[in-house]
Amino acid sequence: MIQAKDINFYYGDFHALKNIDIEMEAHTVTAFIGPSGCGKSTFLRLFNRMNDLIGDTRLTGECVIDGENIYNKSVQVDDLRKKVGMVFQKPNPFPKSIFENVAYGLRVNDVRDKAYITQRVEESLQAAALWDEVKDKLKKSAFELSGGQQQRLCIARALAISPSVLLMDEPASALDPISTSKIEELIHVLKKDYTIVIVTHNMQQAARVSDKTGFFMLGELIEHDDTKKIFLKPEKEQTQNYITGRFG
Amino acid sequence: MKQFRQIAERMAKVMLTLSGGVTSLAILLIIIFLFKEGLGLFNSAAVENGYALCIHSSNPTQQLSPWQIKRIFDWEITDWSEVSEKKGEITPFRLDEIFAMYPEDEFGEDYELLPQKLGETIAQNPNIIAFLPEQYLPNGNQSVKVLPVENINIADFFGGKEWLPTATPSPQFGALPLIMGTLWVSFFAILIALPFGLGVAIYMSELAGTRTRKFLKPTIELLAGIPSVVYGFFGLVVLVPLIQRTLNLPVGETAFAGSLILAIMALPTIITIAEDAMRSTPRAMREASLALGATPWQTIYKVIVPHASSGIMAAVVLGIGRAIGETMAVLMVTGNAAVMLTSLFQSVRTIPATIAAELGEAPAGGAHYQSLFLLGCILFVITMIISASAEFIAKKDHNKGI
Repeated sequence: MIQAKDINFYYGDFHALKNIDIEMEAHTVTAFIGPSGCGKSTFLRLFNRMNDLIGDTRLTGECVIDGENIYNKSVQVDDLRKKVGMVFQKPNPFPKSIFENVAYGLRVNDVRDKAYITQRVEESLQAAALWDEVKDKLKKSAFELSGGQQQRLCIARALAISPSVLLMDEPASALDPISTSKIEELIHVLKKDYTIVIVTHNMQQAARVSDKTGFFMLGELIEHDDTKKIFLKPEKEQTQNYITGRFG
Repeated sequence: MKQFRQIAERMAKVMLTLSGGVTSLAILLIIIFLFKEGLGLFNSAAVENGYALCIHSSNPTQQLSPWQIKRIFDWEITDWSEVSEKKGEITPFRLDEIFAMYPEDEFGEDYELLPQKLGETIAQNPNIIAFLPEQYLPNGNQSVKVLPVENINIADFFGGKEWLPTATPSPQFGALPLIMGTLWVSFFAILIALPFGLGVAIYMSELAGTRTRKFLKPTIELLAGIPSVVYGFFGLVVLVPLIQRTLNLPVGETAFAGSLILAIMALPTIITIAEDAMRSTPRAMREASLALGATPWQTIYKVIVPHASSGIMAAVVLGIGRAIGETMAVLMVTGNAAVMLTSLFQSVRTIPATIAAELGEAPAGGAHYQSLFLLGCILFVITMIISASAEFIAKKDHNKGI
């Protein structure tokens, strides 16, 4: 279970996230929607502390995953990131072979057992619905894959270290419709085993893949509820306006 | 108006084409000139210009190589049987020895009797080999013959271990010590510079804060602009005595001092280029690695360094290029002994230092002059091979996607 308690986040003087409280159940898919610059990606990146890489930022409040505030001093960032995987907006495979891309997380985790690595690579590629397409060319460069395949490779790469949470930052925005539908199908399957948080620009996508939806605007979480309810009968007027396309 | 612009554009095009053509042609001509002058060496006789070797006409010796001539006059070959079918101890003879044999007034007013006296001397001794100026050759004497001398050959040049371009009677153009000296000094320079350079580049691109980097980068770039003679001076007054004292050597001017000073000179190039290459690693790649739980250090050596490998390669090549071609600093600190290097703590001479030091005193068009041009050609070929192989490696890496 993931909880955010009274989160405020600043880029320098800019107040990017304002008083956000949210709870996300395990094994559900939560989608964050909202206009550009509303803070949804910033919020997502709090959960694997990716924002730590940006200088001059400040955070107040608590991010709790499985009962522990991940911003506690005792938490090792690299251990946290092994538990909370992330898939980025643009496919970003390493300039290595397909196999080595998936094995990367295991290798940096000091896994040396070759048989185990081979097994995990296959399992992860299968979980990411990519195995059949690449099983004969695992040694080939990841750059030889299509954009959609590369994104599924990135998902496989994140799955290989068995995280419990998977953060997805607009995972299909750079892909064609067929690749997008493959990724969406994949999300359906993956939610059995993972807690998934996805940021998307595409409201239909949010409606298709998520159980819960959160609507962000200007750094505030306006509304967070069952996806069906958000799209059919939102409580707030701003949400209503956004999903019916009156702005954004 | 429109016509005018068309004409102007056409003229601009012609001028640009022309300037490109002229530049390429100039470079080509320089290379041709270099090789033409250099390869002339192999058409020069192995004895000094204007001199000849004379032997007794009964002597069956057909020809002597430059190496043999040198060793005969150095008393290292002492018997004819070592170089031909003739037996008997060799008597090397130089022109000035004649003046000890006869009183001065017997040569005549203008030394017009000198050839005759030389002829008599040679006729008396069947074991003699005389090194004489062509103008005093005893041409009329039946018992004297001029020994044909081989041209300098390629094997002697590239395989010879003696670089004595001003030796008489036979200058030695063995470039091997110079070539090896250049390669060793450059190799060790890179060996020293590479770990430091990469270390600083990694520190600057990954670990240093913005403020440190803003200070460090211009400082290092400034180092690249210091004239090499200043580095050489620094090396001479600081490094050389330091090396001599700490290692307890007879002289501090060693190959090691040269490598060290070259390493310092190559560092700014290596650092700047390698750092640029590493900083150009896409942020997405860095984040992908960190998001998988890799530590910053793992990210550096597993993702950033491999991604920057072709840039790092370029840095190394430019560093080697600087090291191999560097003249002044090396000339000042290596001691310039043209001997085969057996240890790093020994004097050594590089190709550029040789050219710089000797070109001024080599008579234009002579064998020495041509040999220096040939050394220039060798330098040119070495740098060409290095940059071509670097390009090849970079391309191969690129195809592999690393």
